[in-house]
Amino acid sequence: MLAFYAIYKSYFRLALMEQFQYRVSMLIWLLGGIIEPLMYLVVWRTVAQQQGGAVGGYTENDFAVYYIAVMMVSHATFTWIMWEYVYRIRIGLFSVMLLKPIHPIHNDISYNVGYKFLTLVVMVPIAALLAWFFDASWQPTLWSLAAFVPALILAFLSRFYLEWGMAMVAFWTTRIDAMNQAYIVTTLFLSGKLAPLELFPQFVQVTANILPFRWMLAFPVEILLGRVTPIELLIGIGAQLFWLLAGYLFMQLIYRAGIKRYAAFGA
Amino acid sequence: MNQKPVIQLDELSKVYTVSEREAGLLASMRSIVKRKTRDVQAVDRISFSVSEGEIVGFLGPNGAGKTTTLKMLSGLLHPTGGSATVLGYRPWERNRDYLRRMTLVMGQRNQLVWDIPVIDTFELNRAVYRIPEPEYQRTVDELTELLDLAPLLRKPTRNLSLGERMKCEIAAALLHRPSVLFLDEPTIGLDVTMQRRIRQFITDYNQRSSATVLLTSHYMADVEALCQRVLVIHHGNLLYDGQLSGLADRFAPFKTVEVELHNGAGDRQLAQYGEVMAQSEGRIMLRVPRVDTASVTGRLLAELDVSDLTVQDPPIEDVIEHVFSQSPSPLDAPESQKDQSE
Repeated sequence: MLAFYAIYKSYFRLALMEQFQYRVSMLIWLLGGIIEPLMYLVVWRTVAQQQGGAVGGYTENDFAVYYIAVMMVSHATFTWIMWEYVYRIRIGLFSVMLLKPIHPIHNDISYNVGYKFLTLVVMVPIAALLAWFFDASWQPTLWSLAAFVPALILAFLSRFYLEWGMAMVAFWTTRIDAMNQAYIVTTLFLSGKLAPLELFPQFVQVTANILPFRWMLAFPVEILLGRVTPIELLIGIGAQLFWLLAGYLFMQLIYRAGIKRYAAFGA
Repeated sequence: MNQKPVIQLDELSKVYTVSEREAGLLASMRSIVKRKTRDVQAVDRISFSVSEGEIVGFLGPNGAGKTTTLKMLSGLLHPTGGSATVLGYRPWERNRDYLRRMTLVMGQRNQLVWDIPVIDTFELNRAVYRIPEPEYQRTVDELTELLDLAPLLRKPTRNLSLGERMKCEIAAALLHRPSVLFLDEPTIGLDVTMQRRIRQFITDYNQRSSATVLLTSHYMADVEALCQRVLVIHHGNLLYDGQLSGLADRFAPFKTVEVELHNGAGDRQLAQYGEVMAQSEGRIMLRVPRVDTASVTGRLLAELDVSDLTVQDPPIEDVIEHVFSQSPSPLDAPESQKDQSE
């Protein structure tokens, strides 16, 4: 455990040092994560205004708070690993990782967390700015804040396992862009990113409950907004734990099968 | 030899399946439905063993299977046949204890993080390999001294020259004091001074820690300086396993006979003894078939006015070139493998 702490500390430090070198590109990357929820926020607020102040139980203010929360949670849990593996395998970087006596996912997790911490410096003021601009009012309860922390960690980890496992598809084909695109579209609808899931037809909501994506974004957001009852919270945490385990097994399975196929070309 | 083998290969094989596609639109459409693949035998039932503390050179032309073998031994690749153990582990199972005890240095590959100072990559390795602080400090000091790293450690990797980077790569790969080293072209692209430096370092490291080293190189100077024993691999087959000095006996069909004559001799006269390779001021270099060496030297001494005569093996580069210029048919291989094991 102590050894892992030292390893994470080193990776983390390295991630900060390296990303500091690329401040501008980092800001450009962030822009996408800010603009997308902002766009939905403006659209839904306008719709709510025209419908007399609310859509499906969401007021103008609810939409503002929802999308600011989506922006932050999405920022906390997103990964770019599915785009990175093809490149890594192609140029042989993956071989270097495989030679190390540690699972390569640790490097990626700590790198991701390092990036998130660094970018909080930008994201927190932006969230505050948006809250001020849209005059968002949010009164969190203490227990929802307390429940949010484990829900966010579980969301982050289960999403990481799932997407890391999907990135391993690069062992079988180097053309994974189409798969990634399909994944993004699916999560857009089923994670609550496009709109709160309550606004979707019943069958979409049922599908979202069954699939993992809701638990990786909408659920922590709903907790933060105080829209989850204690029972729903327990069920949700249970679902998150299930997907954490499923994601872990999926990731390990596909990783082990993948390295058997790995040809280490050009490395 | 009473030492236990550190590296042991038993009929190790690797077949790559590569997809093939003919040029043209029609062919690419066909390939959607039916993918054509072809098997390439990169390594073909190779067996050998290396004892603790040995430095063994692995020779072969590009594509012979050297790197594939090293990748299997370092756990990057799964073999398609046969077996191998290194330090008692099966490499491709990637046991963490095994990975902590070996290293693979690839000439064109880097583990140093591009944008940050070298010492920070070292620090990362310290954590990943769980090297205790005092031992880490001692190793860094030692490597700094041996490889003259002091001015480089605080520089970001991207600011280093190729030679400087290679030195740091090697140091990074040795921080955990591995007992088995796989070196794939460790001196590639380096100038002669730097090559010599790296060679000296490998010798020192080998002596200090009695580490086992298996290295490939295109530079014969590396091999001659470091390895007493060499393995020659060609088309995935092991052609030779033995002393470097025995390579010529085994493969060079010719010897070089150098004679010095009191009176000189005409070209036509000399040609009956062998192929004249060079001639100047009474010194003549003849290329003589190995089997005829004894009779030719006898005749030379009897028939010409010889003041000096030496018989030599051709330079090692020429021998190697000669071996690789011949494409052995697959049928030859088992026989030559049998040869070297006798």
